[in-house]
Amino acid sequence: MSSLSASDVAATPAPPAPERPASIKVENVSISYQSTLQATPTLIGTMSRLRRRKKIRKEVRAVRDVSFEVPRGTVLGVIGANGAGKSTLVRAMAGILPPTSGRLEVHGRVSTLLALGVGFDRKLTGRQNVLLGGLAAGLDRDQLAAKYDEIVAFAELEEYMDMPMRTYSAGMYGRLAFSVAVNMEPDILLIDEALSVGDAHFKQKSFAKMRELCDQAHTIVLVSHGMRAMRQLADEVLWLDKGQVRGYGKPGQVIKAYREFMRVSEADEASEEDV
Amino acid sequence: MSTETVKHDPPPQENPAAIADGWADAYTPEVNVYVPHRTTVPPLRPYLAELWRRRDFAVEMARMRLRAQHYGTVFGMTWLLLGPLCLGGVYFVLVDILRGGQHPPGFFAHLLGGIFAYQLFAESVRRSAASVTSGGKLILNTAFPRALLPISEVITSIVRFGPMMVLYAVIHVLSGLPVNLNTLWALLIFAEIVVFASGLSLLMAALQVYFRDVKEFLPYLMRVWLYLSPVLWYADEVPHGYGWLLYVNPLGPMLTAWSESLNQGITPGGNWLLVGAGWAVLGLIVGFVFFTSREREFAVRL
Repeated sequence: MSSLSASDVAATPAPPAPERPASIKVENVSISYQSTLQATPTLIGTMSRLRRRKKIRKEVRAVRDVSFEVPRGTVLGVIGANGAGKSTLVRAMAGILPPTSGRLEVHGRVSTLLALGVGFDRKLTGRQNVLLGGLAAGLDRDQLAAKYDEIVAFAELEEYMDMPMRTYSAGMYGRLAFSVAVNMEPDILLIDEALSVGDAHFKQKSFAKMRELCDQAHTIVLVSHGMRAMRQLADEVLWLDKGQVRGYGKPGQVIKAYREFMRVSEADEASEEDV
Repeated sequence: MSTETVKHDPPPQENPAAIADGWADAYTPEVNVYVPHRTTVPPLRPYLAELWRRRDFAVEMARMRLRAQHYGTVFGMTWLLLGPLCLGGVYFVLVDILRGGQHPPGFFAHLLGGIFAYQLFAESVRRSAASVTSGGKLILNTAFPRALLPISEVITSIVRFGPMMVLYAVIHVLSGLPVNLNTLWALLIFAEIVVFASGLSLLMAALQVYFRDVKEFLPYLMRVWLYLSPVLWYADEVPHGYGWLLYVNPLGPMLTAWSESLNQGITPGGNWLLVGAGWAVLGLIVGFVFFTSREREFAVRL
C-alpha cells in the first residue's frame, strides 16, 4: 500500500466534536442477529430437526462496536464492500432493527429510501402505495394530501399514478420512491443504494434536491458504491469493513484509502459511475 | 421500533454554540433513542400512542383490501354473502341428516348466526396469519408498530361481518324468532369475539414469521374448532358430564351466549359472559405480548 494506508485512516477514528448539534449519535453500537440456514422456516422442519438435534442457526455479526456522530446539515456517505454492515447500520438508524448493544440517538423525523424501494404492494396503484407508505411513516391524511401533487410532479409520473405498480419500470419505481422519501419533509433522510435507478436527467435532479435539503439543515446518510456521487454529495465519509469503522473523514481521503484497500485503481470508471 | 420516543418541548439545548448560530431555532422536537431489547415487550404507553397515531394506516389498508374484493358493489356483496349462506345450507342439510330430520324451530337461524360469528373470528385469524410475512417491503423499509398489520385484517373482517348480520336479521324474522332487549347482549358478545380474535390474530401473525407452515395448518384447526363450538348444535345438548368442554373452549362461552341472546332472545347466562370475557382478555394479552416482544426481530426474519 502507498503513503496513505487503510490503517492510517483508521488511526483517526473519532471525528472531532461537531460544532453543530448532532443529528444522529451512534455510540458503541453492535448489531448481530440469528440467521437461519433454512430456506423457509417451517414447524415441520423445526420438529424433525429437534429430533435429530441439528443446529441450523448462525449468528451474523453485522455491525461491531461502531461509534460516530453526524452533525445537522451534513451528508454522510457510507462506503464499504458488500456485506460490510452498511444497510444494517442504516436500518438501525431508522429504528427498523434494534441494536444488540450500544445506543443510537436520532434527532428528528426520519425518512427512509432503502435498498428495496418504496411501496408495499405491487398490485396496488402508485397513488395507493404513496398513501399507505405515508400513513405507515406516520404522516396524517391532510399532510399527505398537501404533499401528493408535489410528490407526483417531482417523480414526473402524473399519468401513471392510477396504474398498478407492477406495470412500472424499475426507473419509475425508483423515481417515485425517491420523490416520496424527499417530499416527506424529513429532518433526516436515509438512502441506501437507491440512486442507481433513474435516468441521467432524474439523477441530476435528485442530486440537486439532496443539496437543497442539506442547505436547509437536513441531514442525509447515503449508502452508495458510486464514488463520484460520494465525492459530489458527501461532506464526510464513513468506511465500514466487516462491521467495523475502518475510516471516517473527508471524502477524498477516505475514498482513496478505500480504493487502495479494495485494489481498485483511480482510473477505474466502473466504480465511479455505479451510483 | 423505538423504545423511547421523547418529545421535547421546549427543544433540547445541548449545544450552546449551536443555539448561538441559530441552529437550534428550528430544532426538531422529536428524539428517538434506540437501545438493545431482545424478547421484551416495548414500553406500553409509547407503543400504544404510536399505534393510535397510525390508526389511519390500518383503516386505509382495510379499505383498499375491501375495494379489491369489490365490497360495496352488488356483485361483490353477493359473493360475500353467498359463501357463508351456502356453508350454512350445507351444514344444515348435513346436521339435519345426522339428526334424522329432528331440529328445534329456528335452528337454521341459530346455525347461520353461529357460522357468521365464527367466520368473523376465523377469517380474522386466517388472514392475519399472513399479514406480516406478506408485508415484506414495508416492514424492511419503515419503522412502525407491526401490530397494525394484523389489526387491519381484523378491521376487514368486521366490515365484512356487517352485511352478514343484515342477512341474519332477515332469516331471524322469517323464522319467527323474538326480537327484544336481550338481543342487545349480542353487542357485548360481539366485542368479546373481536377482542379474542385480535389476540389470536397477533399470535398467529407472529408465529407465521417463524414457521411458514402455520398458515397451512390453520384451516384444519379452524374446521375442528368449529365442530367443537356450539354452532352446529346447541349448548344445552351437550351430554351430562361433558359441560366443562364448553368452558375449556374459549369460543364455547361466547357462542353459547351469542345464540342465547341473538337467536333465542333470552338473557345470556352470566357465567358465559364472564368466562367469555376472561378468555377474550387472556387471548389478547397472550397475543399482544408474544407479538410485540418479537416484532423488532421481524425485519431480519423476512
